[in-house]
Amino acid sequence: MLLHADHLTIKFGGLTAVKDLDMQLNKGELVGLIGPNGAGKTTAFNMITGVYAPTQGKVLLEDKDITGKKSPTAPGMRPDQITALGVARTFQNIRLFTNLSVLDNVIIAHHLHLKSSLMGAVLRLPGYRREEKEMREKAIQVLKAVGLEKLYKEEAGNLAYGQQRRLEIARALATNPKLLLLDEPAAGMNPQEGEELMQFIEAIRKDFDLTILMIEHDMKVVMGICERIYVLDHGETIAQGTPNEIQTNSRVIEAYLGVDASA
Amino acid sequence: MKKETKILAIIVTIGTIAFLFFANQFFDGYKIRIMNLAAINIILALGLNIINGFAGQFSLGHAGFMAIGAYTGALLTLSPSAKQMNFFIDPIISPLANFQMGFLPAIIIAALVTAVFAFMIGVPVLRLKGDYLAIASLGFSEIIRVVLTNLQSLTNGSLGLKAIPSYINLFWSWGFAFLAIIFTFFLINSSYGRAFKAIREDEVAAEAMGINLFKHKIMAFVIGSSMAGVGGALFASLLTAIDPNIFKFALTFQILLMVVLGGMGSISGTIVSATIVTIMMEWLRIVESPMTIGSLTIPGISGMRMVIFSVLLMAVILFYPKGFMGTREITWDFIQEKINRLRKKGKNETLQKDEV
Ligand SMILES: Nc1ncnc2c1ncn2[C@@H]1O[C@H](COP(=O)(O)OP(=O)(O)OP(=O)(O)O)[C@@H](O)[C@H]1O
Ligand SMILES: [Mg+2]
Repeated sequence: MLLHADHLTIKFGGLTAVKDLDMQLNKGELVGLIGPNGAGKTTAFNMITGVYAPTQGKVLLEDKDITGKKSPTAPGMRPDQITALGVARTFQNIRLFTNLSVLDNVIIAHHLHLKSSLMGAVLRLPGYRREEKEMREKAIQVLKAVGLEKLYKEEAGNLAYGQQRRLEIARALATNPKLLLLDEPAAGMNPQEGEELMQFIEAIRKDFDLTILMIEHDMKVVMGICERIYVLDHGETIAQGTPNEIQTNSRVIEAYLGVDASA
Repeated sequence: MKKETKILAIIVTIGTIAFLFFANQFFDGYKIRIMNLAAINIILALGLNIINGFAGQFSLGHAGFMAIGAYTGALLTLSPSAKQMNFFIDPIISPLANFQMGFLPAIIIAALVTAVFAFMIGVPVLRLKGDYLAIASLGFSEIIRVVLTNLQSLTNGSLGLKAIPSYINLFWSWGFAFLAIIFTFFLINSSYGRAFKAIREDEVAAEAMGINLFKHKIMAFVIGSSMAGVGGALFASLLTAIDPNIFKFALTFQILLMVVLGGMGSISGTIVSATIVTIMMEWLRIVESPMTIGSLTIPGISGMRMVIFSVLLMAVILFYPKGFMGTREITWDFIQEKINRLRKKGKNETLQKDEV
């Protein structure tokens, strides 16, 4: 098992955003995490990546405890440490380094593996120059994989929306993850773009040997490519199983219809 | 860097060096003093820009770190007899009394001592963000000043230090300014500099990319502050007399002004604006001295310069929210773009005239 979210609960004041989430991901799986607005999907990601510490429960990556810190001095892992261990993510509301170039956005992901010291980097010692060259080459490769290599000089903020989404995925891939968490990667895309993106995600899973957990708002989008699906509603895991099982699950239908009725 | 920009940089450097030799020969003491001050301000402003502009940590503690550098430099270069003269209320503590060293080692030690203090202050302060960080760093800067006022047998308290050896000349000041520029350039364009910029752009994303936020914030803070230490040591040698009151918030504000005007996150912008602001500061002394226009005598209003600069700062923030250069640098392409735009403007105007 690659990831085990072991009975995670998180409370914000009186609100229980996620309640007793128990999720297990096997190596190489592509798993969906769906649910209506405010179900707690992003919050679950934030707990897995150490942005939030769960009120109860823990997160295990290959049996290693990677649960986040409650405060800077509390025990637990920082988000950057979790990234270094092989968990990368994208954000629901794109968070690129908008004033930096496309290439720099990706190269930054290699900084955590940098061996050269500050002095070595400032003095541009041979060791650093070699590392910088390697980082650059790897970044270009990743940009090629997502089809953005021609735009490498462009400021990230100037890219089209779909390109920004792909750049965010490229940046996450560049950290060299085992587990990739995608938070609504198809948000804001039309059905055709969404379909293309799903094929792209399927492809990078193979090429980069990844396990992927993907949040999606729209149930139909994930049905096609996810092997298993977890469904959250009001923080509770109301169902889990194969797409077919989920589609016919009465609680899921109810949750989604409820949303539709109120929308 | 593009080849043209490199050539441009080399030409500007050679031009500046030639100008320094010229100035050293022919300029009077007053002008040389202003040029020294400009160089020192470049060092100080670059330091602050690393913290505020590149790493995005809005710190207002620069004057405090300058003070530490200035006092360290002064105490290390003062001769034993001068120290005896200075410390007539309380004698100076023994190891320092008979101690004297050259300018260069004193500056280096000033940088290191400042770095140590910056680290100790940075650890608690950099846990804070935005306004809280600004206020806390400002508070620590004031605390440094209060401590310096009260350590009678180390700093001579509010009496300050006088007869500091005036080693400084154009080559010392501009030599260090060049070092600071080159250092900042290589730092900002290294992987560490990229990490600073990523933190400035988006902390959450930077952390998700595996960047240790705290470590890099501390790094930027310590580097920028120790540049303030170097600037402070040079400043003390330029003034030859220092006391704690020099290092009030107004000094930080002055340097912040240079950074904001030039562009938070622009090295060349900082260099240009530090130089211009320094010269204007001197030139605007006119408005603070009594003036006679015809039979009317206007008394000088001290502090008028800062009023003018505050108004200027507000105007810039309104019209150029990112300073004149923003995060851009003055490169060959940038200059060409500006020239092209001016040309087009000229053409459009002539066209319009033709139509009329
Ligand atoms: N830091 C926080 N403080 C307080 N409440 C929070 C916090 N983060 C999330 N919440 C609350 O937790 C609940 C779940 O939010 P979350 O963002 O995880 O939903 P989601 O499933 O991702 O929804 P969406 O589809 O809209 O993205 C919401 O009610 C939200 O307001
Ligand atoms: Mg969400």
